[in-house]
Amino acid sequence: MAIKVLKPGLATTVQDLGRPGYYHIGIPLSGGMDRHALAAANLLVGNEEGAAVLEAVFMGPELEFTDDAMVAVTGAELPPKLDGTPRETWTSFQVKRGQKLSFDFLKQGARAYIAVSGGIDVPLVLGSRSTYALGALGGFKGRKLEAGDELPVGTSSASVSEGRTIAKELRGLPAGMPTELRAMPGLYWHRITEQAGNGFFSDTWKVAPEADRIGYRFRGGKPLEFVPREPPFGAGSDPSNITDACYPYGSIQVPGGTEPIVLHRDAVSGGGYFMVGTVIAADMDLIGQLQPNMPVRFVKVGMDEALAARHDRAGLLAKLRSSLV
Amino acid sequence: MATQQIFSPLPGIFYRKPAPDKPVYKADGDVITEDDTIGLIEVMKSFNEVKAGAAGKILRFLAENEEAVMAGQPIAEIDV
Repeated sequence: MAIKVLKPGLATTVQDLGRPGYYHIGIPLSGGMDRHALAAANLLVGNEEGAAVLEAVFMGPELEFTDDAMVAVTGAELPPKLDGTPRETWTSFQVKRGQKLSFDFLKQGARAYIAVSGGIDVPLVLGSRSTYALGALGGFKGRKLEAGDELPVGTSSASVSEGRTIAKELRGLPAGMPTELRAMPGLYWHRITEQAGNGFFSDTWKVAPEADRIGYRFRGGKPLEFVPREPPFGAGSDPSNITDACYPYGSIQVPGGTEPIVLHRDAVSGGGYFMVGTVIAADMDLIGQLQPNMPVRFVKVGMDEALAARHDRAGLLAKLRSSLV
Repeated sequence: MATQQIFSPLPGIFYRKPAPDKPVYKADGDVITEDDTIGLIEVMKSFNEVKAGAAGKILRFLAENEEAVMAGQPIAEIDV
């Protein structure tokens, strides 16, 4: 069984839950930017939660199936069409051999997850099928899909029915405007003035068009004012420079103090920009669903709230799982 | 003759010119073919061409140069 790529979309990649364990040697986590939606798509078609799916950003691909399969599209509201007939998102539907799956214009969100029963069966690389395009690693030939590609699909032993669906309150998508991203102030918090710190959390920022899998850039808030200093050994002369350090997943660097960048699944693992803080793990999925120009606010939290939020996010997936049994 | 719209396939910034110092791809009243580029959408560090998708004549642009657009937003009206 295979899927033929007729049109690739903008940047459609094979992703699973990621490739943890190699970040210290510069290989990022990769995996779906909205892992909750990725797991949901797999569960709908009877796959393991971490099976490989397609992540389509802003624009869907056009695919032809060489055999029957169960399919589900979750995440962004990117309405699927089967041979031109609309199908629901967040709901499993049967695809017959020879049918074509295409997509309407994006209505909401940014990234859709297309799961196929059996999973996308590309080879495991360092324990994951995720694509890290910048490093030409994993996924389908280490790159985004192109017209003419034929994606191998695994065999599925599960028998799931058509029309399985996930309730709105279990989808875990961004709610409200602006989207609130909870963040913990970090090790370099002392580098900015108190006023700048307050401004960072009270300003409304907007997603910049440069936002991608590596990082999400924001603009529109006040530039950060730094506390004067003598640059330490190894740091550049810009006040936002530090002696090179590790960049955690979710860390918020602000080069030049002007535009915060939240590092995401395909981020570099270290460098010389100070980090004002880190977006908590529970809210990283939300970033994956933000379109350019959407407003966000960073909300200051401490470790206890971050851990509680992570517990809640895991609870949401547990509820989703039990809703499908 | 019938009026049709050309939609933005992507969310991002719409540009009517290939570069800031270049003339616009198309102006109101221009005759177009299906494969003509009428503008660019900038998103994720890439510039993506917007094709006319149909042959005809441009009646008017509905989106401004450098305007933030949504996927599915009409950016031009054409007579086909």
